[in-house]
Amino acid sequence: MRHIISVLLENESGALSRVSGLFSARGYNIESLTVAPTNDPTLSRMTIVTTGDERRIDQIEKQLNKLVDVAALKDITRGGHLEREIVLAKVIVTSAQKAELETIVKAFNGSLITVSDTQCIVEMSGSSEKVDELLKSLASLTIIELARSGVTGLSSDESSLTA
Amino acid sequence: MQLTGADIVVKSLEKEGVEFVFGYPGGAALHIYDAFHRQNEVEHILVRHEQGATHAADGYARSTGKPGVVLVTSGPGITNAVTGIATAYMDSIPMVVLSGQVMKPLIGYDAFQEIDAVGISRPCVKHNFLIQDVEEIAETIKKAFHIATTGRPGPVLVDIPKDITAQVAEFLYPESVEMRSYPEPATAQPSEIVTAVEAMLNAKRPVVYTGGGVVLAHAQEGLRDMVKTLGFPCTNTLMGLGAYPHDDPQFIGMLGMHGTYEANMTMFESDLIIALGARFDDRITGTLDNFAPNAKVIHVDIDPSVIDKNIKADIPIVADVKEVINAFNAELGRRREDINPSLIANWWEKIRAWQGLDSFWYEKSDTIIKPQFVVEKLHEVTGGEAYVTSDVGQHQMFAAQFYGFSDTHKWINSGGLGTMGFGLPSALGVKIAHRDADVACITGEGSIQMCIQELATCKQYDLPVKVINLNNRYLGMVRQWQEFSYEKRYSNSYMDSLPDFVALAEAYGHVGMQIDKPGDVEGALREAFAMKDRLVFMDFITDQQENVYPMIESGKGHSEMRMRPGSASLAE
Repeated sequence: MRHIISVLLENESGALSRVSGLFSARGYNIESLTVAPTNDPTLSRMTIVTTGDERRIDQIEKQLNKLVDVAALKDITRGGHLEREIVLAKVIVTSAQKAELETIVKAFNGSLITVSDTQCIVEMSGSSEKVDELLKSLASLTIIELARSGVTGLSSDESSLTA
Repeated sequence: MQLTGADIVVKSLEKEGVEFVFGYPGGAALHIYDAFHRQNEVEHILVRHEQGATHAADGYARSTGKPGVVLVTSGPGITNAVTGIATAYMDSIPMVVLSGQVMKPLIGYDAFQEIDAVGISRPCVKHNFLIQDVEEIAETIKKAFHIATTGRPGPVLVDIPKDITAQVAEFLYPESVEMRSYPEPATAQPSEIVTAVEAMLNAKRPVVYTGGGVVLAHAQEGLRDMVKTLGFPCTNTLMGLGAYPHDDPQFIGMLGMHGTYEANMTMFESDLIIALGARFDDRITGTLDNFAPNAKVIHVDIDPSVIDKNIKADIPIVADVKEVINAFNAELGRRREDINPSLIANWWEKIRAWQGLDSFWYEKSDTIIKPQFVVEKLHEVTGGEAYVTSDVGQHQMFAAQFYGFSDTHKWINSGGLGTMGFGLPSALGVKIAHRDADVACITGEGSIQMCIQELATCKQYDLPVKVINLNNRYLGMVRQWQEFSYEKRYSNSYMDSLPDFVALAEAYGHVGMQIDKPGDVEGALREAFAMKDRLVFMDFITDQQENVYPMIESGKGHSEMRMRPGSASLAE
């Protein structure tokens, strides 16, 4: 099962490596990991996408909680939640393909940034599933470079994670 | 008061009530060493290798319950200390390690003796810090002691760049620290206590299984009351020995790989396991496939991550084990009339029958020294009152099986990491804290050579420990596994070119003895322990073929112990 664990982390040097070290040392999967400061400058918010059965996820949460730099955490997939990922894809596009590409991108609420006569960058944000779908729709084009941000997310109810 | 960073370090230790620091100087730590030279409050013990410093601090901590403190330099200083830090981490021992670091402007430039101490120690510390500013030193040291000694204890490293120890700041040692990300440990809910006690009162085949947590929490008295009140059998892990007296009729011995047959069978057939400050590690459980198939599990631990890690708990209680045991006793007091000894009478009959097999039985000899015999005699000669440290291997298991402990904090061994080289330096750490007590280091000719240089530290600080070297000219436990699992292909387990240990001990200024006849064992021990002010290195030439029995072999479970050939169980 796929889980999204949202972690409030003390904004200390080395905090990120404590988390990534824990995952590698104990053999836990990381599908993606994002981290950035929050509105409280002393805290960063980390979003980890991982997989495992209930017992493993329970252990991951407990082991994360043991880290002194972890202030709070929540598996947001246990309730209603919002997940977003940004994708940037640089593609080769001929003038004949341009209109079709514009239609696809519009359908995904994305945007197109022109790089040159033959290349442009597709930009879109959405759930990982939506990003996968967009990339499937671009299958007929040559993707030169792809950058995905990894998932970030929030619970979609009135609860909030606080330190 | 304006002080240098180095003086702040030492003053902070003084404020923490630190008596001894075990360490070894080097470039990046020299300002701190200079500060030690200016004061008399905290005594620095100069070891001969940084691994020795950590084990000595560890022995000090295990025997006193106070945190052990280590000071090393950067680079090789801290890398040498890593083994001892990991040893303390695996056994949840409170320790604060201070390491010098290269000057801050040089960090990241591969300076002389530079290593990322925070990075290299991260997997084996409870937490660590790199100090960035002289103003942070006092508060960081306060935090380090707080983290090391509260909750589930463990080692904490504080890495201090050299230039910062020369800078000056106002010294104000905080009375307390608050860390929002390091909350107070959880406490038990009254309903959890009631539920657990209800399960105890209804059990027909219960067992109390206790580990190092009971020792760390100083919960032995409450445990003894609880076990007496209930009339239940009690088993201790390797780390938990001494929590319940070895000679009490309700004690069924150590459990696990080399535990008693009765302890493992009791676990296997139980209907209720009351696990107190123990973590169901693989050396305790054997294979998990058929672990105590009919048992309900009450699991009490201060660390939530050990609950449901290996064994699913039916009644988990996350709290300080001492408080929980006291709460159990209070609840049992209220329900005294519901305790029904007849409910477990059949259970005890079964246990007594298992005990009848005498699973630690070994064949006595009057021609060759059996290692078990030496440990039994050591118990006699010391009245079972000695602090006993050990290294790792067969001798460690013989010590655990045959010494017979009645008190906590007296059996000191590396249970989790299994670190050879632990015995001698940990013994010197114990002796520093308990000058008037007998301290014995039970070791083997393999392990002792891993930290034998600490004989010099013992000489310098007048620490007359007794070294019991069970010398079978083999890495005995390796040899045993090779005999059982590798068709006696003894690959690299024979120790050739051993030193003359008697001469070696004497070269270090100590007394050396070699004993090769069973008839001389007791007399030699009495002679050695009578020399109160001398370190005596006793080289016992023991049976080369002796194995540790009984044994749960790899992949086997509690009910599948391999017994000693010729023992009662097989003769039946």
